[in-house]
Amino acid sequence: MNFRRLSSKHPVKTSSRFDWWFVIPGMMLLALLGLPLAALFLRALGSDFFVHAFSETAFSALKLSFFTSLVSVTVSILVGTPLAYTLSHWDFRGRALVELLIDLPVVLPPSVAGLALLIAFGRQGVFGGWLALLGVSLPFTTLAVIIAQTFVSAPLFVRSARVGFESIDPQLVEATRVEGASQWQLFYLVMLPLTGRALISGAILAWTRSLGEFGATILFAGNLEGVTQTMPLAIYLGFERNLDVAVALSVMLVLVSVLLLAIMRWLDKYQSH
Amino acid sequence: MTIIVNKFNNLIDLTQNENMKKIWTVLFILIAAASACSAPAAINPASEALAGEPTSASETVTLTVFAAASLADAFDEIGQNFERDHPGLQVKFNYGGSQTLRTQIEQGASADVFASANQNEMDTLIRSNFVMTGSSQLFLSNMLVAVTPAANPAGVSALADLAKPGLKLILAAKEVPAGNYSLQVLEKLETSLGGGYKEKVLANVVSYENDVKQVLSKIQLGEADAGIVYLSDTVAVPMLKKIEIPVKDNVIAHYPLAVLDHSKQPILARAFVAFVLSGSGQAVLTKWGFLPVK
Repeated sequence: MNFRRLSSKHPVKTSSRFDWWFVIPGMMLLALLGLPLAALFLRALGSDFFVHAFSETAFSALKLSFFTSLVSVTVSILVGTPLAYTLSHWDFRGRALVELLIDLPVVLPPSVAGLALLIAFGRQGVFGGWLALLGVSLPFTTLAVIIAQTFVSAPLFVRSARVGFESIDPQLVEATRVEGASQWQLFYLVMLPLTGRALISGAILAWTRSLGEFGATILFAGNLEGVTQTMPLAIYLGFERNLDVAVALSVMLVLVSVLLLAIMRWLDKYQSH
Repeated sequence: MTIIVNKFNNLIDLTQNENMKKIWTVLFILIAAASACSAPAAINPASEALAGEPTSASETVTLTVFAAASLADAFDEIGQNFERDHPGLQVKFNYGGSQTLRTQIEQGASADVFASANQNEMDTLIRSNFVMTGSSQLFLSNMLVAVTPAANPAGVSALADLAKPGLKLILAAKEVPAGNYSLQVLEKLETSLGGGYKEKVLANVVSYENDVKQVLSKIQLGEADAGIVYLSDTVAVPMLKKIEIPVKDNVIAHYPLAVLDHSKQPILARAFVAFVLSGSGQAVLTKWGFLPVK
């Protein structure tokens, strides 16, 4: 194992310098991150992993988690991309407020998000009455799960997409305009391909965040197997009932996350060639 | 400046040849340290800090009580009374579903007293030797009641209405004592109110909560049409509409209380248990809607 100093400007070269002092703290953090995951896998290996992983509760939670997170990511992409584009290209009054609103869910504790959603859209909520007029009651529904997930994960997508749009060379945009392209053509033929990587990595980030969402879900959507009991809820509640089911679900979530991160990595490498 | 950098670089050059060995040594030390600090040892220093073993008389002593969620209001008051009788003592409560608390204790949480909403959770701890032998005693009884929000949006006036299609019902999860009792009550009501009652009622459940206070909160918020909680819970939230469950269909929940085996304050813990069982403690419990043991 050679420690090579990485520099973006110069080609990677083997260096004879080795900074010992950087390694120790780093290793301690790696231990903190790695040991619990290793323990989880060891525990899973010890039990009947597949029996528990595909038990009714686990399978139901798995299906629900994947369905809701995919829907919420799709929604994030559909409404988030135009928003990111707008933020990256046009200045407008209230822009700072929009940026604040987008950044807030990322730092807000999920339970606060859940409570806020409940107070806003609950049956007795501030806007709950209006929803009731439309015949919609949100709490305890799968839709509530999707809304909670979108609330916490869409900002992650928007932020990534925006960075992508902002990194496009303005001269390229100018050139395209000079060629007579319309706004839509500019967006579709030039911007999207160039920002593909940022969009996809943003989507994956949003997806993993959706999969892991717990606090807002349990407060706003409740807990009912098959309807609102996503994997994180099943793990939290299953922990007391059946530790092995909780462990199996946890391992699955870790594996899915690893897979998604690997895809992101691969995209990074692929795009840069 | 250059001299310092040079010296630093020289130092680093010296270590260069031994890199691999050193990396593995560090890793080994970390792993060894991690396994040497087995869970109890790691927790004990923390609990020492929490329990505040007094080195001098002026330091505060802490008693940690894990109690079922339904006991929150009553135990807060009992705790205050107990603190008054024992200056310098602080009683800290951890409220939650009894099954959650039991799991926390099993996983090494440090506590002195455990008050459970059912005998099951206490028995589990007794079997795995977490409870001081012979210290478990029943200290109150409780019964269930159906509640609706004050506005009663679904117009529930009798237990039979809980089976009305489209009603939004919230129960505690079946692992929670309150949830388990609720299922027992529904079984009993099946015989009184006819076949299919339990099934219809369970079909109306929109959420199974982790402890009984969460059921109460969601009813208070008006999110659900009805729920089943403890009789004692209605004292804390009197504005909810109650639908009595007849004694013959109801369950009598017996709550046990015990000192935990690894308690750092066994004498104080026993004193607390005695206090709860005393006239003063029982009076507070009655005030908050609990029934005496018998």
